[in-house]
Amino acid sequence: MNYAASPVLALRLPLWRSRLLLVTIAGGFLVLAGRALYLQGWNNYFLQQKGESRYSRVLEISANRGRITDRHGEALAISTPVKSVWAIPEEVQFTSPQRAKLAALLEMPPQEIDKRLNESTSFVYLKRQIPPEVAERVSELHISGLFQNREYRRYYPGGEVMAHVLGFTGVDDVGQEGIELAFQSTLAGKSGSRRVIKDRMGQIVEDMESIREAQNGRDLALALDAKLQNLAFSQLKLAVENHRARAGAIVVLDAKTGEVLALANLPTYNPNNRSRLSGAQLRNRVITDTFEPGSTLKPFTVALAIEQGRVTPETMIATASGTLSIGKASIHDAHTFGDMSVSQVIQRSSNVGAARIALSLPAESMWGMFDKVGFGSLPRLGFPGEVSGKLRAYKTWRPIEQATMAYGHGISVSLLQLARAYTIFARDGELMPLSLLRVDAPLAGKQVISPDTARKLRAMLELAVEVGGTAPKARVMGYRVAGKTGTAHKEENGAYAAHKYVSSFVGLAPVSDPRLVIAVMLDEPSAGQYYGGAVAAPVFSTVMGGALRMLGVRPDAPLKPLELPPEGSEIKEGV
Amino acid sequence: MARINLILLLVLTACALGLVTSQHQARKLFSELEREQERAKQLDVEWGQLQLEQSTWAMHARVEKIARERLRMIVPDAKRTQVVFPGVAAAGSQGAQR
Repeated sequence: MNYAASPVLALRLPLWRSRLLLVTIAGGFLVLAGRALYLQGWNNYFLQQKGESRYSRVLEISANRGRITDRHGEALAISTPVKSVWAIPEEVQFTSPQRAKLAALLEMPPQEIDKRLNESTSFVYLKRQIPPEVAERVSELHISGLFQNREYRRYYPGGEVMAHVLGFTGVDDVGQEGIELAFQSTLAGKSGSRRVIKDRMGQIVEDMESIREAQNGRDLALALDAKLQNLAFSQLKLAVENHRARAGAIVVLDAKTGEVLALANLPTYNPNNRSRLSGAQLRNRVITDTFEPGSTLKPFTVALAIEQGRVTPETMIATASGTLSIGKASIHDAHTFGDMSVSQVIQRSSNVGAARIALSLPAESMWGMFDKVGFGSLPRLGFPGEVSGKLRAYKTWRPIEQATMAYGHGISVSLLQLARAYTIFARDGELMPLSLLRVDAPLAGKQVISPDTARKLRAMLELAVEVGGTAPKARVMGYRVAGKTGTAHKEENGAYAAHKYVSSFVGLAPVSDPRLVIAVMLDEPSAGQYYGGAVAAPVFSTVMGGALRMLGVRPDAPLKPLELPPEGSEIKEGV
Repeated sequence: MARINLILLLVLTACALGLVTSQHQARKLFSELEREQERAKQLDVEWGQLQLEQSTWAMHARVEKIARERLRMIVPDAKRTQVVFPGVAAAGSQGAQR
């Protein structure tokens, strides 16, 4: 066979066919080139995304909540990381020994786990806030459908002692009460995120960009002194138990700086374990509750009368009768001592005397005095739930009301307001702004009364704690102390309850150069005694003595044991 | 001309290899930095936990209880307290020497 002679070779094809093929193939290449150009040049976003997702990762950067410390840097609240275990119930597969182990680790009965898993199909928390070590062991069980995430839990080493000042945070580490709520924006950190390149081993090899900067919460140094707080709390607790009081509160102020050195309330709660809480336990009575202060207000009326030049400490006031009738109402004293000087009115806490002095003053100036020392307006601590108390406009005052207000009835204040108002006696007439945070440079006070009047009042308040005054039990060995008792009937349903009292004491020391102002209040002491001088003054005395020693304040009185008046001869104040 | 090109090619190759090496070094160092930062964070957490532990052990109520019960310490009463002032103390000691 002769292939060369094959008729196929002799076949001649028309030229257009090869041309067509060439054009088609070239066209195909052009389309490809165009597409490539399009994908690389114009519409490259999608492919770049896909490429990036192979190596770049966005990482969350968690931020810590700031720590709260006392004035010396002792930790009062710290957040530490914990884990929460959650599950996608549809995907959960475990054998029954695994289930038993899981239940044991989470400290819950196996049935409880089944119940939780049946609650939802897509997401359910099995247990929140478990220690990281336990979480580690849970993940070692290798149960599919079970996941963990990182959370923070706040711990309060001080427990119930500091509970009311600090408050607490919820399960999401957001402040809900107290300082935690008031300074939420300062304490809270802002979590951030950043994009990084990871290699195939999962190690970060390059930082691409920071999407959001993480910001740790700022640490907060409180004015509180942990040692002093503990002393105040334990003494208050003792007194509340001994006098079977319904509640108690104490606040210690630094008269030099206006800092709140201690603030305690009873009943209290443990912020680390808040499973059973009642409203009464949560209330910060010092700041958010008001009460009728009683005789502790007398010094303000007297200060005003001296300031206006209407009386001097030696002016005699007609108190011999022991009663004073104004219209239908009358005011009584617990004891009668004949006519008293203005100093003695304070020393023996005479209602009649205080009322007589008040009635000689214009209502407007008396209102002005109360207003200037901060009654009826917020103390502006920035604490949640602060109250302003009740001080009615002077135009609506009737004479009897003006008279009762002189000894602290018909007006309501918080214990904090009361303690703050006493800074005018401790600081030669200056009212200090208060601070819950440590103050490095004290703010300027506001002059309310003249230094001379303040010193005169201090001398009168010192008489009140001597033998012959209403509160000899308030004295502290080695220091000169000044202060005033208060005993007031409690108001119930618009009338005064016959046998329910609020006993209080506010005082300052050392008199020669006052450093501390302490206010103590006990609500409904029901173990027999109810006078401020018997119930609240001893608490003041022990706390003041301990605090002055802790602060290293130089004694300004001889260190002699104190003599107490014989039983039964105490001077009782008018109630 | 060809020789210059050859030299330039060699230089270029060397530079390219140098770039690769330094990039690798940079990544290695960076991942090390990353690890150390992670460690720093962990140590910070641990520090917080230790602070917490310290505060718990050093609770004033606990210290007081141990001092009172186990060590049988008491707060000295007023009769057994002597306060010494720096200035006065100097005078007092001189008196004792005489």
